[in-house]
Amino acid sequence: MAEIEIRNIFKIFGPKSGKAMAMARQGRSKADILAETGSSLGLSDVSLQIGAGRIFVIMGLSGSGKSTLVRHLNRLVEPTAGEVLFDGKNILDLDAPSLREFRNRHASMVFQGFGLFPHRTVLQNVVYASHVRGLSRAETHPIGMKWIEAVGLNGYEHKYPDELSGGMKQRVGLARALAADTDTILMDEAFSALDPLIRADMQDQLLALQRDLSKTIVFITHDLDEALRIGSEIAILKDGCLVQVGTPETIIERPANDYVARFVRRRDSLRLT
Amino acid sequence: MFPEQWRISIRGPVNSFIEALVANYGFAFRAFAHSVLQAIIFVETILRATPWWVLIIVFMALAWAGTRRAIVTITIGLLMLLIGVLGLWDLTMQTLALMLIGTVVSIIIGIPIGILAAKSRPFRNFALPALDVMQTMPGFVYLIPVMMLFGLGKVPAVLATIIYAVPPLIRLTDLGIRQVDAEVVEAATAFGGNPRQILLGVELPLAVPTIMAGLNQTIMMALSMVVVASMIGARGLGEQVLNGIQTLDVGKGLEAGIGIVVLAVVLDRITQGFGRTRKSEQTNG
Repeated sequence: MAEIEIRNIFKIFGPKSGKAMAMARQGRSKADILAETGSSLGLSDVSLQIGAGRIFVIMGLSGSGKSTLVRHLNRLVEPTAGEVLFDGKNILDLDAPSLREFRNRHASMVFQGFGLFPHRTVLQNVVYASHVRGLSRAETHPIGMKWIEAVGLNGYEHKYPDELSGGMKQRVGLARALAADTDTILMDEAFSALDPLIRADMQDQLLALQRDLSKTIVFITHDLDEALRIGSEIAILKDGCLVQVGTPETIIERPANDYVARFVRRRDSLRLT
Repeated sequence: MFPEQWRISIRGPVNSFIEALVANYGFAFRAFAHSVLQAIIFVETILRATPWWVLIIVFMALAWAGTRRAIVTITIGLLMLLIGVLGLWDLTMQTLALMLIGTVVSIIIGIPIGILAAKSRPFRNFALPALDVMQTMPGFVYLIPVMMLFGLGKVPAVLATIIYAVPPLIRLTDLGIRQVDAEVVEAATAFGGNPRQILLGVELPLAVPTIMAGLNQTIMMALSMVVVASMIGARGLGEQVLNGIQTLDVGKGLEAGIGIVVLAVVLDRITQGFGRTRKSEQTNG
């Protein structure tokens, strides 16, 4: 079980990050900072509490910084300022070997474009985390088969990724994250590349797996429906700033501002037609 | 006319540098040349001592392993027979030995440099222009100093071949690694892979088709260097071409020329076969 806390994360892309950082702290807008320094403000003073054993959804449109934010949780992206705490421990203090150990044991990831290894079979993909740990083939095989079965891909273990459909590929991606046996799974728009029916199936499957596993899942999406369906809690990002954090009910009933309200209204209007 | 007084000549300093090198350190270069020569002679002796039909079988087996196609395998067998029938077998083996050494050394030098270029932008910015120079500088320009340092014969030929043939391998290793899908590398990183595991387990295997295209180019360029190398005393097919030209024996030159082309086709087919991904091999086989 992992409780994650993000404290005052700022991320600046580009040159002059010092000056841009000072402007960001003064609360200047993204456009201002870009015009004056040429640097782009990716995240501005984001703080979040992510409870253990639940699905936490971070929602936002493209460019809102949601993929950048999730990559701070395993330090694929380094923050310009701020802290990332896992069970009270700041992962920004880890040196390179401990960081690899942390990624391997505590936070696995599922990618939008699947990120599967094209030269490894389904089974070899699924057991990648164990392979990195140095386990032998005999040791990893039962782990791999267990999770291939859990995502319903029996019989495909010796196929290569390019022999699978999109939905099946993402099941491999999910099985790979589950087989890593980490307490946290980061899912970066994991279902966004899939067509709607398969997507709904995958959401159901994720919810079903989560009932048994109770992992801490941080799920990134641009789709409010998906967020409401699977999230215990939802954070909404806009232009690198946190707009609202709350349960699905709160988001629908008491949108924090017009931006969130527009998402909710649009969703209602789609319902009626 | 360009003003005469602005003229700077590097001719004198370069000449005296090379002369000093030969005079003072010649023995060291010759000792190095001697060990390289031993390696070449070793390979050449093996190739020439092996019965012709064994070598043809070896080549056909390599072709089959690379391409999994009967037609290609049989064609390669027939082409090797053609070399024998034209009476070029022994010369071809001498050329092949030079090429093998040149190619092996090119791989040992080229792949690590290519990896370094892919990983370090400053190094790449330095290496790419250097490769351009290596490829465009006329061979004879460095052939002569190399000959002064290492003497006549096979050793300068191999060194000149490496200088000429290694650039495509470096370039395509660099390109192949940088072309690997960023998300795949990110995934390997996100699961805690260390730099060695990511390089050897993900980046290099996925770059293999591109690296093999580079190796194929390296072999072709090495082969095109054999005629030039024969001018500094390397034996083999190139010498025969040179001989034919010098005595106006067009037929003799053509025969040896055909030998070079046939050897090129054989090596090209085999290396291209290995350059395909495991996946396409499966669909073909």
